[in-house]
Amino acid sequence: MYKIVEKERLNPTVTKMVVEAPAIAKKAKAGQFIILRSHEMGERIPLTVADYDRKKGLVTIIYQLVGRSTMLLDNLEVGDAILDFVGPLGVPSHVEGMKRVCVVGGGVGCAIAYPTAKALYDNGTEVTVITGFRNKDLEILRDEFEAVSHHMYTMSDDGTVGEKGLVTNKLQELLDAGEIFDEVIAIGPLVMMKFVCQLTKQYDVKTTVSMNPIMIDGTGMCGCCRLSVNNEMKFACVDGPDFDGHQVDFDEAIARSRQYADFEAKACEKDCHLFHKEVR
Amino acid sequence: MPNMSPNKVPMPHQEPNVRNKNVAEVATGYTLEMAQEEADRCLQCKHKPCVNGCPVGVQIPEFIALIKEGDIEGAYDKIKETNALPAVCGRVCPQEDQCEKLCVRAIKHEAVGIGRLERFVADYHMANGENKIPTIEKNGHKVAVVGAGPAGLTCAGDLAKKGYEVTVYEALHKAGGVLEYGIPEFRLPKAIVSKEVQALKDLGVHMETNMVIGKVFDIDELFEDENEAVFIGSGAGLPNFMKIPGENLNGVFSANEFLTRFNLMKAYDVEADTPIFKGKKVAVVGGGNVAMDAARCAKRLGAEVYIVYRRGTEELPARKEEVEHAMEEGIIFKTLNNPVQVLGDDKGNVSAIECVEMELGEPDESGRRRPVVKEGSNFTLDIDCMIMSIGTSPNPLIHRTTEGLDTNKWGCLIADPKTGATTREGVFAGGDAVTGAATVILAMGAGKEAAQAMDDYIQNK
Repeated sequence: MYKIVEKERLNPTVTKMVVEAPAIAKKAKAGQFIILRSHEMGERIPLTVADYDRKKGLVTIIYQLVGRSTMLLDNLEVGDAILDFVGPLGVPSHVEGMKRVCVVGGGVGCAIAYPTAKALYDNGTEVTVITGFRNKDLEILRDEFEAVSHHMYTMSDDGTVGEKGLVTNKLQELLDAGEIFDEVIAIGPLVMMKFVCQLTKQYDVKTTVSMNPIMIDGTGMCGCCRLSVNNEMKFACVDGPDFDGHQVDFDEAIARSRQYADFEAKACEKDCHLFHKEVR
Repeated sequence: MPNMSPNKVPMPHQEPNVRNKNVAEVATGYTLEMAQEEADRCLQCKHKPCVNGCPVGVQIPEFIALIKEGDIEGAYDKIKETNALPAVCGRVCPQEDQCEKLCVRAIKHEAVGIGRLERFVADYHMANGENKIPTIEKNGHKVAVVGAGPAGLTCAGDLAKKGYEVTVYEALHKAGGVLEYGIPEFRLPKAIVSKEVQALKDLGVHMETNMVIGKVFDIDELFEDENEAVFIGSGAGLPNFMKIPGENLNGVFSANEFLTRFNLMKAYDVEADTPIFKGKKVAVVGGGNVAMDAARCAKRLGAEVYIVYRRGTEELPARKEEVEHAMEEGIIFKTLNNPVQVLGDDKGNVSAIECVEMELGEPDESGRRRPVVKEGSNFTLDIDCMIMSIGTSPNPLIHRTTEGLDTNKWGCLIADPKTGATTREGVFAGGDAVTGAATVILAMGAGKEAAQAMDDYIQNK
């Protein structure tokens, strides 16, 4: 059992939890994830390690309330315990040897982008951050990103926070202005990552994406999380989750991500009506 | 005078058309009377050929004699001397190729039902017996076992009995390996697996679940933690795909994924949160035991199910009993057929597979007749779900993170076939991690031999 030592609502649909998991905290690196199961008949869900404290043995996760399992997780409070908590899984993000990097985070993807931005910053990379949200209420991790970036831009669909527009608008503006990045790292909804990749391809800027397919075991034994990268089959849980965005088949990944949409909607409606509050 | 009936006492079964709609166990097991009647068929041979067929060397005539005397607990203790998981072995071992193959009664008639009797004894003990927790004198040495499948559990049990402090590290949230995620409830009830695992915990084995070795700890760290030897029984859990177009369409699954959802996550149960795709027409590609399991699970979810296999019915690698059970339950066999591509609709869902017919040519290196494509025989089979069951390979996670641990070209750990010693000192391995996908009992045999070798290694160090 893995004790919850801190819980904070970052916005109406996004929660941060700090969990006691010393062995994972000792090993975790930016870009890696954990799999958790909150109760006996629960499913296994993957969540990125958003932060860790090696000394205190703590791992931070940030999740969005999107369905039954995240709702049930959100019912747990400080002092409660999570039944199963496995990790660190996946290959750590590559953060060495880069001079200038642009980290693009969309929505709750910012929770995944944050540890990567931090690792780059700590390595002496000049970090530009672009975050994007639907509106002001959904913004998360502003202070955290400001602390680990040299330049920071926030975009929102309705202009209530930062500039009105999409993250791709800002990225294009920077690239047009002659900004040179060794790499763009894009983390967020599949559609956002797809459009970032389409843009950066035109400018020939290397782009890494963090893929978020459906997973079960997270250790490479089922292939549920498979995707096509450069026309080869890869398992995101062991080969990724980071991949060269210009080689990923996003349309296939988007179709695969909807595989259980009907089941998930039913599972959610059954005992929670929060589904209507869902934010994408 | 022994019971000279040419046939085994029949095993009670659920009717095919009843059982293909539930997940309860197909074979319901002998009563005490049936067991004693069957035990009476054993001739108590002095040279015990049956024992040579058992990879863990169960003292078969001895335990059968105790059944005859009505001392079922005594029979249980006798089996347990050499077999850590009797309730499992009695159900899933291919006895026809092992102990029962060498039974003297099998020369003219049916062999003694050794598996059925072993199962009876274990079940009887679980239902009626007392859980005696043995007192074992600790020998002060510490060892680690990676993987809680049949190989790891057997190795751990044997080492614990020798007095070692044993910790088993398991990546999933439940111990059991393929017994938990692979073999379905209707062949091996999970309550039985849990009880067998509990029996090992009672021996003092520490079971650490949620521990992915190679990620959370590597092998070097297990040695730093004062373990004097490590056994790797991490299995062959990496699914193979066919490398044909359309394999990433929605509705295409590896058997591992489908079975993990069904068995480990109990996705068939309305109370479970894990979803499973309930196809209407399902094609399972492959002909092994895993293919039979996947097909029968899909049937229980309400599908019309096809087994698509490139060789003939005679060549099906699955146990004959499993093939018969599948046929009785209404699984349709399309043998001498092979998929060449998966076809999808505009939403990315599988809609059909294009197959070719095959014929059998000359035997290949494996000794089996090689399937050859019949030119121009292409046809399509409309389906909405496809389950790939064409084998698995060892997971590379551990050898990638461990220096000096060599593998062969199939990714299997190189280990001495007698002792399980790997190319790295103090590290032993066995089961599917070494052989590639094989059987539960062979993995248990390897775990048993490695336990002995680890004991020798530590005592002579």
